[in-house]
Amino acid sequence: MKERHVLVVFPHPDDEAFGVSGTIAQHVQNGTPVTYACLTLGEMGRHMGVPPFANRETLPHIRKQELEEACRILGIHDLRLLGYRDKTVEFEDEEELADRIAAILAETNPSLVITFYPGYSVHPDHDACGAAVIRALKRWPKEERPTVHCVAFAKNCEQDLGQPDVIRDVSPVIETKLAAIRAHRSQTEGLMQAASKRGDALAWLKTERFWTYRWDD
Amino acid sequence: MQPIDAAAVQEALDRFANRDVYIHLETTNGAYASHHNERFFSAGAYIRNVRIRFTRGKITGPGPYRVGLKLQIGWVYAEGLTHWEWTNEGQLLLAGHDYEGKLAVALELSDTPFA
Ligand SMILES: [Zn+2]
Repeated sequence: MKERHVLVVFPHPDDEAFGVSGTIAQHVQNGTPVTYACLTLGEMGRHMGVPPFANRETLPHIRKQELEEACRILGIHDLRLLGYRDKTVEFEDEEELADRIAAILAETNPSLVITFYPGYSVHPDHDACGAAVIRALKRWPKEERPTVHCVAFAKNCEQDLGQPDVIRDVSPVIETKLAAIRAHRSQTEGLMQAASKRGDALAWLKTERFWTYRWDD
Repeated sequence: MQPIDAAAVQEALDRFANRDVYIHLETTNGAYASHHNERFFSAGAYIRNVRIRFTRGKITGPGPYRVGLKLQIGWVYAEGLTHWEWTNEGQLLLAGHDYEGKLAVALELSDTPFA
């Protein structure tokens, strides 16, 4: 199905890389505009390159450039950097954060939103990001809300949420996806090298899985 | 110290907001971590009696808890917090003890410098 507009909301510059970038590339290929709102620049990341080419102070600049390169590769022309700080999203005022996201929702009017499933996404920034998107959308009447596809990877997500209901085969765009992953060099180079040594990188990257958010109101 | 009561800690954090307070913040693996396990890379840091002023303090998590203090132009953050205490001097002490009961992290706030 061709979407009108896709809005991707994640807290860290590489959150889209492994689990969503193939989906993004396919939407772009279908002619659907994609907006990516990224809450932080991943300032507190621990991957600094091997050997380290980033430091605590240069990391956000490097990750911003990597994200811009990934967006260029994926064909995302609308990247919004919201200016929050890594590892602090959960401590922000929830209403203010939802206001920022609500403004982007109102402006872009997406038919599909992609974010983290709140409570099932391990990193507190992931959960707080997903929760803010849901909070913003709950201000809309239920029947006017866009579909929300969530990424989740907590140990209990399948037990609580069941199997993911959206399974996308992204093998037709796998080269684009791999290039987008590699664009986040500071964060992914070590992982990709380890995976290629094991020889299992491609298999799991060819499929992307989402849970459609179930409204509880 | 008592197991953290998140609502009570939130109330205490609110009382310290928007005024000058002294902070002690510490993380530690203990001085012997690398001695006991050569593959363990020991790291830690602490600051003590640094004066800060935060606009919002918040405790989150299901336990162990996390606390973030938003400053005018910065942040203070601690994770792994399990216990708390209000001292007679009005100091808020938060600590995280590991599975063996040893201190791993401490975040403390006081209106006056710590001794
Ligand atoms: Zn992330």
